[in-house]
Amino acid sequence: MKRILGALSIAAVMAASTVVQAQDIVLQALFMKQTAYSDKDVRDMTNDFEAAHPGIKVNLEFVPYEALHNKIVASISAGSGGYDVALVDTIWPAEFATNQFVDDLTSLVPPRDPIFGGAWKTGEYDGKIWAMPWILDTKYLFYNKDILAKAGFDHPPATLDELTQQAKVIKDKGLADYPIVWSWGQAEALVCDYALLVQAFGGQFYDESGEPAFTKGGALKALQFMVGSIKDGISNPRSTEFLEEEVRNTFSSGRAAFALNWTYMWPLANDPKQSEVAGKIGIVPAPGTPEGSPQAAINGSMGLSIMRNSDKKDAAWQYIKYLTSQETQDKYASMSLPIWKSSYADPKVVKGQEELIKAAETSVAIMYNRPTKVQYQEISTLLQQQIQSALLGLQSPEQAMKDLASQTSGMK
Amino acid sequence: MFIIVLGVTGYPLLQTIWLSFHSRPLAGHDVQADWVGLANFKTVLENAAFRAAVARTLYFTIVSVLAEAMIGVMVALLLDQEFRGRAFVRALLVLPLAMPTVVSAMMWRLIYNPEYGAFNALLLQIGLIDDYRSWLGAPGLAMNMVIIAEVWKNFSIVAIIVLAALQTIPRELYEAATIDGAGPWARFRNVTWPGILAPLSVALVLRTIEAFKVFDIFYVMTRGGPANTTKTATFFVYDESFAFLRAGSASSYALVVVAISMVLIAIYVRLLRRQDQP
Repeated sequence: MKRILGALSIAAVMAASTVVQAQDIVLQALFMKQTAYSDKDVRDMTNDFEAAHPGIKVNLEFVPYEALHNKIVASISAGSGGYDVALVDTIWPAEFATNQFVDDLTSLVPPRDPIFGGAWKTGEYDGKIWAMPWILDTKYLFYNKDILAKAGFDHPPATLDELTQQAKVIKDKGLADYPIVWSWGQAEALVCDYALLVQAFGGQFYDESGEPAFTKGGALKALQFMVGSIKDGISNPRSTEFLEEEVRNTFSSGRAAFALNWTYMWPLANDPKQSEVAGKIGIVPAPGTPEGSPQAAINGSMGLSIMRNSDKKDAAWQYIKYLTSQETQDKYASMSLPIWKSSYADPKVVKGQEELIKAAETSVAIMYNRPTKVQYQEISTLLQQQIQSALLGLQSPEQAMKDLASQTSGMK
Repeated sequence: MFIIVLGVTGYPLLQTIWLSFHSRPLAGHDVQADWVGLANFKTVLENAAFRAAVARTLYFTIVSVLAEAMIGVMVALLLDQEFRGRAFVRALLVLPLAMPTVVSAMMWRLIYNPEYGAFNALLLQIGLIDDYRSWLGAPGLAMNMVIIAEVWKNFSIVAIIVLAALQTIPRELYEAATIDGAGPWARFRNVTWPGILAPLSVALVLRTIEAFKVFDIFYVMTRGGPANTTKTATFFVYDESFAFLRAGSASSYALVVVAISMVLIAIYVRLLRRQDQP
């Protein structure tokens, strides 16, 4: 009898604790755990959404950025029962739209004007919108004010030449072994840093007729700059195994004077619990060159898409609409800035992050896009390897880019 | 039983073989498969990067399995001796095995961290290096650093199997050999070695197959970098299917990897047979 009672009480507890009811719509959503909104932010937003939308529940899943693309693809290829909503990077809509992995959202999205043009670019391919912009992000130059002051500089570098020159002084004075730190590990993060420098040197990946342009001009100069800065010892040679988090760790521990990173490093490097340089850092748009672009910024934005094989598309769109609304974005504006133009004039958003907003006003307007290619993943994989082989001195920048051109010829 | 085996291993294998002769996208609106004959295999075999990856994977396999064999046998011999705390040390041996590869790979990545890793700290303190350096970011070095992590993770399977074999060797054989005037080396050569050879061979066959299809430890520790110097053969299967969406040629890559594993197994089987013959 006791045993039966025990079993019954367990069953009762289980029934009571099951919040999901039979008639609830349950969405499966895939996010990343890296840069931009923290997983806690996403959980909080989702809880608010569930409270405001009785009848819809959302199951969240977080993966590292490096696994996001393949996770989406694997889920699509498995047929039904995959994700309803997924976070999609700005470099994927060409591939996802061509293969019809995601739905066309053009008729659903809000009017264009109140949202930044660079944000729309995130999910756009072939004149249609495949992902609703959500994370508006670009890379900024972070600098350590203490180190710069000790080296005798009262302003951050305005050009790449000045960055090199300040870094040399900082190194010579022994204020940092390697003044600049980058995310140059073999991953997409490397392509983001490289593309930003391509813009800075006024180069391009492909010319108007679609022919490779990375073998010459600004694109080649960008790679030569990277290789040179490692040779001169002003860039941390360990950058070749770093992703964004290692850049943050190095910069937050005060061992680098300069770092290139996304918005999320601003609140975290200013958090005394996680950083030894809190309150001593500055942020500016990444510097460019006089012959290229005066400043540089990479479009690292991401959007939310509805998966083609979802059977709960209405609820999925409601969820996306909620996450991308101005109200939600303004509330969580510290890790990722809103896509909405008018938010930048809202004192609630600006307060406490004036420096970031000031840098964003310049950077967001000039965000540079990586090439829009259906076979982007493959081109990028080869590009990462060739850049690394040049950075590690296995071959010259010229040869690396020439090899890349022959490896990627014919890719669309 | 036959039907279960057929369903679980037969169907996916046949599907992979069928796919390898077709050009088919992994997913999408047009998943039609076109017959392409041997074209996929031609692509695979003509891919210089893949051939380099196979050579790299063989290097990884041979070096790590040899190291596991040597360390495994030595540890087993030590643990076969009587000493205080032997049971505890034997239990410790299971620890690396019990750990999922992803966890141990993360652990080794932290140990090798160029900014605050324990490995750098150790070498600096004993004076072998005068500055922290990058271990997984240096071509040439990265592969060997992963091999160390792999050997740490897997030498104990060899040690445990050899230890079990050692305990089956009758002590009288050692006593007899000693009376006959055999020194430690002669005893090892004539008594221990024949006793552990067969189980050791089986352990090494298993380890070789496992090592050749390695993926997870590299995926976590280096993702194939720097500059592809740790990109192993299985990365091509993974990239080809999930990153580049080509299910057909991905199957061809997979089958070539399987074929190479089968050659390795065949070599072992022949070696084992030869041992059986007097």
